[in-house]
Amino acid sequence: MQPREVKETHERNQSLWLLIVSPTIWAMHFLACYLTAAIWCAKYAGPDRSLGIVREAIAVYTVIALVGIFIIGFVGHRRHRFQHPTTSHERDTPEDRHRLLGFATVLLSGLSAIATLFVALAAYFIEKCD
Amino acid sequence: MNDKDPISQNESMADVEPVAHTPTITLRRAQEERLLQTWETPSGWRYWSSVNNSDVGLWYTGMALVFFLFAGVLALLMRIQLAIPNNTFLSAEFYNQAFTVHGSVMMFLFALPIFEAIAILLLPQMLGARDLPFPRLSAFGFWCFLLGGVFLCGSIFFNAAPSGGWFMYPPLTSKYQTGIGADIWLLGFSFIEVAAIAAAVEMIVGTLKCRPPGMRISLMPLYAWYVLVAAAMILFAFPPLIAGSVLLEIERAFGWPFFNPEGGGDPLLWQHLFWLFGHPEVYIVFLPSVALIAMIVPTFTRTPIVGYTWVVLAAIGTGFLSFGLWVHHMFTTGLPGISLGFFSSASEAVAIPTGIQIFCFIATVAAGRVTRSVPMLFALGSMMIFVLGGLTGVMVAIATFDFQAHDTYFVVAHLHYVMVGGVIFPMIAGIYYFFPLVNGKKLSDKLGYIAFWITFIGFNITFMPMHFTGLRGMPRRVFTYPAKMGFDTLNFVSTVGAFILGAGIAVILWDLVRPKRKEPYSDRNPWNAGTLEWLQEMPGKPWGIRSIPEIDSRYPLWDQPNLLRDVDEGRFYLPDAEELQRETIVTSVIDAKPQQCLRLPGSSFITLYAAFTLGGFFIFGTYHWWGLAMISLALSVGVISYWLWTGPTSEKVEKDVGLGLTLPTYVSGPASITWWAMCITMLADLTAFISLVFGYFFYWTIHDDFPPQPSPGPGLMWPLTACVLLLGAWGLTVLAVRWNNHNQTHAFYFGLAAAFLLGLSGGAALIAGPWFTGLNPQEHVYPATVWILVLWTVIHVVVGMYMQLYCVARRLAGRMTARHNGDIINVALYWHFIALTVFITVAVIAGFPLVV
Repeated sequence: MQPREVKETHERNQSLWLLIVSPTIWAMHFLACYLTAAIWCAKYAGPDRSLGIVREAIAVYTVIALVGIFIIGFVGHRRHRFQHPTTSHERDTPEDRHRLLGFATVLLSGLSAIATLFVALAAYFIEKCD
Repeated sequence: MNDKDPISQNESMADVEPVAHTPTITLRRAQEERLLQTWETPSGWRYWSSVNNSDVGLWYTGMALVFFLFAGVLALLMRIQLAIPNNTFLSAEFYNQAFTVHGSVMMFLFALPIFEAIAILLLPQMLGARDLPFPRLSAFGFWCFLLGGVFLCGSIFFNAAPSGGWFMYPPLTSKYQTGIGADIWLLGFSFIEVAAIAAAVEMIVGTLKCRPPGMRISLMPLYAWYVLVAAAMILFAFPPLIAGSVLLEIERAFGWPFFNPEGGGDPLLWQHLFWLFGHPEVYIVFLPSVALIAMIVPTFTRTPIVGYTWVVLAAIGTGFLSFGLWVHHMFTTGLPGISLGFFSSASEAVAIPTGIQIFCFIATVAAGRVTRSVPMLFALGSMMIFVLGGLTGVMVAIATFDFQAHDTYFVVAHLHYVMVGGVIFPMIAGIYYFFPLVNGKKLSDKLGYIAFWITFIGFNITFMPMHFTGLRGMPRRVFTYPAKMGFDTLNFVSTVGAFILGAGIAVILWDLVRPKRKEPYSDRNPWNAGTLEWLQEMPGKPWGIRSIPEIDSRYPLWDQPNLLRDVDEGRFYLPDAEELQRETIVTSVIDAKPQQCLRLPGSSFITLYAAFTLGGFFIFGTYHWWGLAMISLALSVGVISYWLWTGPTSEKVEKDVGLGLTLPTYVSGPASITWWAMCITMLADLTAFISLVFGYFFYWTIHDDFPPQPSPGPGLMWPLTACVLLLGAWGLTVLAVRWNNHNQTHAFYFGLAAAFLLGLSGGAALIAGPWFTGLNPQEHVYPATVWILVLWTVIHVVVGMYMQLYCVARRLAGRMTARHNGDIINVALYWHFIALTVFITVAVIAGFPLVV
């Protein structure tokens, strides 16, 4: 009997919120990039329409977001590998449910990371507002 | 499972087995009689007072199909007009109304409602529940939908329909179209959006809290995952449109210049708010339809879905990413290139999860042995069409390509490939698949095959040429075109195709309505499916499911031996209705452990009265008959209060639901479904408010001086006073929960009375700010925006005060006690959101001018 495991897979210690943390980080990153660039271009960009510091800011946002997504993905990965022996998710046990939610977290983190990089690439390639 | 692991063993032992011995036939008859009496469908004209999900879902589906046909006929009229150059079949004005109504009806009265309709009809069956958690709310939603829909569609017969396109861009719809059409659109659809949000609340609570015991979140049918995601998206997508509609209607009715550049407004704000709704809307209608495919494919390949978790990923991932795409409808509005870049890349990213789910379906088809059948044929056809639409979607998501294709027939082709492939074909597949659940009989296979090939071929003949018409430069929304521009043949072919498509739809329609009296009832589970909805008897009984089973598998009918027999013989939970009260089981979110035996309300006309009185407010408002509108609104408040006041009661504290399980009949706080409903509704409300706040900052970005200098108000004193007073009202309301729970009666009454007075004075103080500093909302967009934030907040405070009075009355009447405390807890929850709204309003209108 390993009490830690009981605790880990018990319903009380589970929630669906973990699933949406990584996509939420993507959404915040997306909004932050968009708002920073939009406000800069509307209010502060000089006559050369250069993005200036915005690109550095977006680089910083991206690093923060990716670190966050990585941490969530790692937590999900640990859950997915819980009691490591199989990758089964189909059966009617709390362990399978635990692994499934973990795996879904990993997948959503992967998707969020890709989507975050996609958005950051726009700022990598484009140097001016217009 | 590792059998040596004691923990797992304990958990598996927790799985309840059905009653081992056969219940006697006398007992079963008696139980069935009581269930039937409890769930009986009213007859005669009282039939329309039914709130049972199987009736409401059927009306909803039927009405959505009627609107679909109506919009389809308009499309055919447009195709006749466009068949030859310089045609005069329709006038330009009627053509404008026709395409506006066609688009609006297809989106708001068909695509979205059919999702709600099918979910209301089938979700409880798939989850082995007797009904949805709020049956009367579904009925209310239906009546709102019916009234709003008929009002909107009817307007075209009086030449009064909206004609500004389904997206209603100002200034066309504010300055240049002064007729009643735009008002009908804005108010009619706001009314229907209320119904959509109501349905979303129902879906979310239904999937999370009304699953059968043992159906862990990891065993939930994929349909439920999709519905959950789509309903959550409604909560965040519809409020921006409601906020936008409020602003546009106020501009039209009272001249506040939100979208009028002469008063400092900007029409682009409408586009932001509209597409912040409009793009997610595409996925809101797509996901529940593709969910039908996720149910159909495993059945006809006789194999569980391949990559369940990947499909869950796709549903949730699409749900999120689709909120980062809205500007791709605005690529040609002159936004900074970098903004276009962000939205373009997000638009490309959404192809990943969308592709993943298609691959999962293809993999399932490859893994199993496909049975030839009509639903499967439509499902495969839909995938083909949708993939083509998805590919052109990837093309138009590239800004430079979009600059060329924008507002041409290429986009018309793209969106019809997406919507017909992503919504209509899956839905027809769903109709053929699920029809036996409706009246116990199958649709004709022969007609189904014929209909498939006619619609599939007709569709492609109609829309494939439009890609080329568009690339050759034909713009959308023109009522005619000159000859010899290279459009003639292509348009003619499209028109021919449209009639072929129409013929196919007519075949399906005939199959649906043709008399089937002489046909035998279908076998039970005619497709040999694995999911719970196929437990239904043929024809179905009004109680939905005979007894609520314990679930151990994603495909219980395939994997759980004797399930059908055990359910039928009442060997599971709730086999009886001893008190002749409608009941279902509420379970926990993750593992579906039973928590409550929920009493459900029965048939009533109150939902119809509530919908029609509320509808009166919107419809009279359209004609600017404000007196009648206000009377109607007051009546609806009265009706809704009566509705809540007379909700189901529980005379027992606990109830034995069978199999040795006793559940409480009343719970409050986060364990109760009403708490969740309030929380979810207020999230949507908060989103609408945030959209208005977004407007304030949007104006700040486009003006060099915002607020205009010298800063005209609302000053600091009044807003801060209001903030203190209203936060006081919030604090007292929260304390009132404690006082109620501890039976400190005096403290409770005086506390709420004081909270009411604080709310009154706080609301007045909030209005005093802009009032005494002389902000005139018709003059400039700054005062207009301040006023709109203030009014939004004050209206919410007034509603909150009404709720406080309601709680006092409930307690005085003995309907709320220290134990039956759900009312005050939910009201306190509402006030949490008010407190946040007040804080943000004051921070923006009083604080922001200080920092710029």
